[in-house]
Amino acid sequence: MIAVEGLGKKFGTVQALHDVSFTAADGRITGLLGHNGAGKSTTLRILSTVIKTDTGRALVDGKDCSTESLEVRRSLGVLPHASGLYPHFTGRENIEYYARLHGLNGGQVAQATENLVKRLALGDVADRRAKGYSQGERLKVSLARALIHRPRTVILDEPTNGLDVNAVRMLRELIRELRASGCCVLFSSHVMQEVAALCDDIVIIAHGRVVVSGTPDQILAATGTTDLEEAFVRAADGSIA
Amino acid sequence: MNAIRTVFIKEVLENLRDRRVIFSALVFGVLLAPVIFALTTTLASKRMVRDQDMPLELPVVGVMNAPNLIQFLKENGVEVTVVRYTEREAMDAVRSGQRDFVLIIPDTYGKKLEAGGSAPLDFILDTANSRTASSASRAQRLLYAYGQQLATLRLLVRGVSPEVLQPIDVRTQDIATPAGRSLLILGMMTYFCFMSMLMGGFYLAIDTTAGERERGSLEPLLSLPVPRASLILGKILATAAYMSVSLLLTLIAFSVVLLFVPLESLGMSANFGPRIVLSIFAVMVTFVPVGAGLMTVVASFTRSSREAQTWLSFVMMIPMAPILVAVINNTRPNAALMAVPSLSQHLLATSLMRGDPIAPLHVAISFATTLLLGGVLVWVATRLYRRDAILG
Repeated sequence: MIAVEGLGKKFGTVQALHDVSFTAADGRITGLLGHNGAGKSTTLRILSTVIKTDTGRALVDGKDCSTESLEVRRSLGVLPHASGLYPHFTGRENIEYYARLHGLNGGQVAQATENLVKRLALGDVADRRAKGYSQGERLKVSLARALIHRPRTVILDEPTNGLDVNAVRMLRELIRELRASGCCVLFSSHVMQEVAALCDDIVIIAHGRVVVSGTPDQILAATGTTDLEEAFVRAADGSIA
Repeated sequence: MNAIRTVFIKEVLENLRDRRVIFSALVFGVLLAPVIFALTTTLASKRMVRDQDMPLELPVVGVMNAPNLIQFLKENGVEVTVVRYTEREAMDAVRSGQRDFVLIIPDTYGKKLEAGGSAPLDFILDTANSRTASSASRAQRLLYAYGQQLATLRLLVRGVSPEVLQPIDVRTQDIATPAGRSLLILGMMTYFCFMSMLMGGFYLAIDTTAGERERGSLEPLLSLPVPRASLILGKILATAAYMSVSLLLTLIAFSVVLLFVPLESLGMSANFGPRIVLSIFAVMVTFVPVGAGLMTVVASFTRSSREAQTWLSFVMMIPMAPILVAVINNTRPNAALMAVPSLSQHLLATSLMRGDPIAPLHVAISFATTLLLGGVLVWVATRLYRRDAILG
């Protein structure tokens, strides 16, 4: 369960976030939708505690991202926009490193890694060095790395960027599986179809503000159209609200 | 604590697979530095040996004008070559390097001498040519000695004691120990040791900070349930480990190379047995936290690995500067200088090599100030990792 209340964040002279509030429930997939530069990544970075908010607060399962960041990070699986691997390590070693940093001990590390290697059908890719990975292989390993500790809440920042169809399908399937197991999944995108295909709830963000949020039907009603694409364009341009 | 160890092990292992890291950690320190050192010292000693043993060859114009002088020179081991130059030709020959120097005995030499006056001799040399400096001064010394001999004879003829001409008698006593004379060369050695220590951690300091950010692996790392201080401490420890290993291997390489370098023929000796090597390591390793902290702090500020490399190449010179000044000025250890990190290690290490006694107070000041500075730099690095801007 994610609850965000009145987030504001300034980088130098640029006000990246003005007032961002929304919630994302457990067992549901929530899409954070907005143009490039709308404030999606900043919001997700505040939630994953790598940066601190100036105003308002962000809660994950009732814990504050600024003051209880360590507890928040324990229950969080994060796939940032730039999710680089260590090129001289194999996929498996990359995953195991994160498992250890999550505090798993020897036997658990190997077991959890093996489970994810199987689940994501990594096969012998897992034992090759990450240097020569394709985009899809890199995503799989990054995902395995983010999910190694079976997080309750999963945050994905534009995960489908630059992926081929097969990789996108695999990702969608995985996200639905996470929902089925009761996880709270929050993911960002600037493509409406992407969000429409997957999400139970949609939060549209523009110029650092949430313009409209709710189920797809609620969004259509609020924007007065029957087409989600059109709804997004209207909402993002600020012609409603 | 566990997280620090995990990060440390990961950085050490991953970088072991990076050819660039291994190259800079090992090739410079362990191979290149001792080889450069061996070559320069061997060349220097060869030249010195050559200059001492070789007969002095002296081209002379107008040999027949001063048979006694020529006789004196020959008795003193000079090979006189008869040449025919005008003064201008002689200058050209020296300038072009065809002759190292030329002695011209003018036709007026004999007459002036007979008349009891001051007989002219023209000695043409090029003081800008350091290669010929020592044989030129040998030739000059012989000419003065001959002059001195003539003066003594003249005084004796007049019934005056030659001591009149020697109101003071300077008695020089050279107390330099063989090891003491090698100061410049030993200074060069500590310089190489510092360089290879810093080179050992160079790429690690960059890769674990600017490199990690550039690759995009920093953000997911920061979203793990590990305090940022633990992450950066693990990284700095890995950098420090590479630096220490690099330093130790370099010292060992030097101790091997010194077995083959003819230091004795340079009139030097250096103590470089296993005990001294370990003592020098113990002294210099205290600088590792300073180097690792400094490089990590600077690399954390930069936007890319490339920028970090440029900055670090400059920053590496900072600890080197006091050493260069000390070597050139032949600086001796004192308590105040022991408060300067890098300089204090240099002074202590050269003292160890020279076999000089070492004041415990000096060691204490050196250790305390250097470790304190190292601690401060590491603390600054952990503070830097708390900022939002660390993500770039």
